[in-house]
Amino acid sequence: MSAMRLAAALAACAGLAVLALLPTYVDAYYLALAIGLLQFTVLATAWGLFSGPTRYVSLATTAFFGVGAYTVAVLGELLHWPLVLLIATAIGAVMAVVVGLSTLRLSGLHFVIFTFGLAELIRQLVIWFEVNKSRVLGRYVFVDITQKDIYWQLLVLAVAVFVIGWLIARSRLGFALRIIGEDETVAKHCGINVTVAKVTLFTISAVFMTLVGAIMAPRWTYIEPSIAFNATISFEVVIMALLGGAHRLWGPALGAIPLTLLFEFLAARFPTASTLIMGVIFLLIVYALPAGVVGLWDNFRRQWRPQRVEQGAKA
Amino acid sequence: MGSSVTRFAAGLLAVTGAALFAADGPALAQSSVKIGYALSRTGPNAGGAAVTTLPNYEMWVKEVNAAGGLKLGDKRVPIEVVQYDDRSSAEEAARSLERLITQDKVDFILPPWGTGLNLAVGPILNKAGYPHLASTAVTDRAPELAKRWPNSFWLLGTSAGAANTLVDLLVKLRTEGKIGDTVAMVSVADGFGIDLSGAARPALAKANFKLAYDKTYPVGTQDLSPIVNEVKALNPDVFIAFSYPPDTLGLTEQARIASFNPKIFYTGVGTAFPLFKQKFGANAQGVMGIGGWSGDSAPIKDYLARHKASAANGAEPDRWASAVTYASLQMLQQAIERVGKIDREAVIKDLQTGTFDTIIGKVKFENNLPTKYWWVGQWQDGEFYGVAPATNEGARTPVIPKPAWKAP
Repeated sequence: MSAMRLAAALAACAGLAVLALLPTYVDAYYLALAIGLLQFTVLATAWGLFSGPTRYVSLATTAFFGVGAYTVAVLGELLHWPLVLLIATAIGAVMAVVVGLSTLRLSGLHFVIFTFGLAELIRQLVIWFEVNKSRVLGRYVFVDITQKDIYWQLLVLAVAVFVIGWLIARSRLGFALRIIGEDETVAKHCGINVTVAKVTLFTISAVFMTLVGAIMAPRWTYIEPSIAFNATISFEVVIMALLGGAHRLWGPALGAIPLTLLFEFLAARFPTASTLIMGVIFLLIVYALPAGVVGLWDNFRRQWRPQRVEQGAKA
Repeated sequence: MGSSVTRFAAGLLAVTGAALFAADGPALAQSSVKIGYALSRTGPNAGGAAVTTLPNYEMWVKEVNAAGGLKLGDKRVPIEVVQYDDRSSAEEAARSLERLITQDKVDFILPPWGTGLNLAVGPILNKAGYPHLASTAVTDRAPELAKRWPNSFWLLGTSAGAANTLVDLLVKLRTEGKIGDTVAMVSVADGFGIDLSGAARPALAKANFKLAYDKTYPVGTQDLSPIVNEVKALNPDVFIAFSYPPDTLGLTEQARIASFNPKIFYTGVGTAFPLFKQKFGANAQGVMGIGGWSGDSAPIKDYLARHKASAANGAEPDRWASAVTYASLQMLQQAIERVGKIDREAVIKDLQTGTFDTIIGKVKFENNLPTKYWWVGQWQDGEFYGVAPATNEGARTPVIPKPAWKAP
């Protein structure tokens, strides 16, 4: 077993090395596609980090993504890049704590609606501030960040989200969250500080989303609220995580990668009907794959190795 | 249960993945000129792109191909179009253009609609060395952008240009004794409204106008009657609204209902749309707005007729960016034909230095910017004529004061 682990670790390192060298081999288009893949992999995995164990469906992805992008729009030309990212991290974290403390007592549909409203709220706050205080709407981002830099930063972020996700799953915090996801009342009775656990994980997840927004912002040169706070991203991330299966760490990535490729394919081959086809596919996913690709995989394993699973269940 | 659907979905994904990475067709000899564009077919930008940009792109391609194609050397080569939907998203616009450049290997690219998207694709077109004729972007950074990206041309000018020309016109009319000095200004709380009011505010103050009212309203405000009523109570000589199409129509309608009839009634984007004339008919008379064109010139009249014949449902072009968009295509065509081959660097050079014969007159860029713009237009007898700057060829004298609203 440990030999297999070692092999897996080696394979992962080799895969990572290939991914890191990718920009030197591919043209601008495949680099853009790779950026898209990484972007959604990180976003969906970060989403699954919180929403997987707790089963809280959050539509706030674009709120954090947009805050990250806007931080770059405001500070990108003024400060050094690492400092900008650090500030974006801090803003995202503070916002997540505030939002988390005030909303994670909500559950079910109320939480979904609140998070959807949150993105709009922040967008309106930014507009209000820009209109009445700074009197500019639409900011220019001229920083010396190439597409390759964006790719590498996202790759580092992707590694980080998986490592942190893996660590959390093995920590007391991860265990606590799984119990909360099963039954919050039971979790409380076990002596788990439910609020702290939820807010901590919500914040970790939000920081990743904020950083993705910050890293992506130099790609567009121009940021205005409607570009930064695009609600479609929230929905895309949810559907990706659902397709993949949010209850496993690597589940959302299994949704993000095929769906990003699919969107790309539709946009390229059916330019006038792509949005329509996407809607149909969303419906198909929800109806046909309620447990996601991960669920399909689990099913498959159960069919092929029924005895082991049963033994495992008994033990 | 549902396993056939599951299999179908899985199959769909597999096919998609395979098709996506399938090799492109073999490269052909120059039997066609490939021209690509990504426009907003869906999303919030779709309306603007459908009025101003798409009909002109389609008409131009149709006309060029009807003539046998673009003239490269001594033969004519037809245009082949590759187009995508950018879904009004900056990321999608960027990716679509990268696809056009590296996958479809198009010869030339026509720009997307709107300021934000033109800026989003600016660095990509610059890096790949494609000419970028931004004909629907108004940005104060136009001179700086033109310097940063020498392949880019910013045909619609700066918001400061728009605001200052309007204020200059007001100063002139005040000197002539046609208007007093009370101005009421409202602006939409979005890029356009903020930039223009930001430029107009100091210009009005410098010219000693009394700014009696200066407020913004959020994008998508439905009920504009409170604004109109407040402004009416102040009885200003000049009403300026830096508005978007829905509010342009809304404010005009409310002003008519409230019989608010200042000497100058100016509204923003949308005033130059054919829709404005359709909606208000005779009541459009005397309304001023951003844009305008030389409605009396023969090439413009001819363009209007051709546009009506070519566009779906006989739609008319708008009287601002439409003509500029079509002119930008004429410039691109003339530059390509003068160079005589697909040599993008030479085409950019020709665009920078050459003079072009277009429907909006002779155009020559200076530092990648045109030297003439229409900034203020006015509806006069069913046509939206350019009235300022007055030095432009074909500028009409503004009708002041605006005639009273009629019952519809």
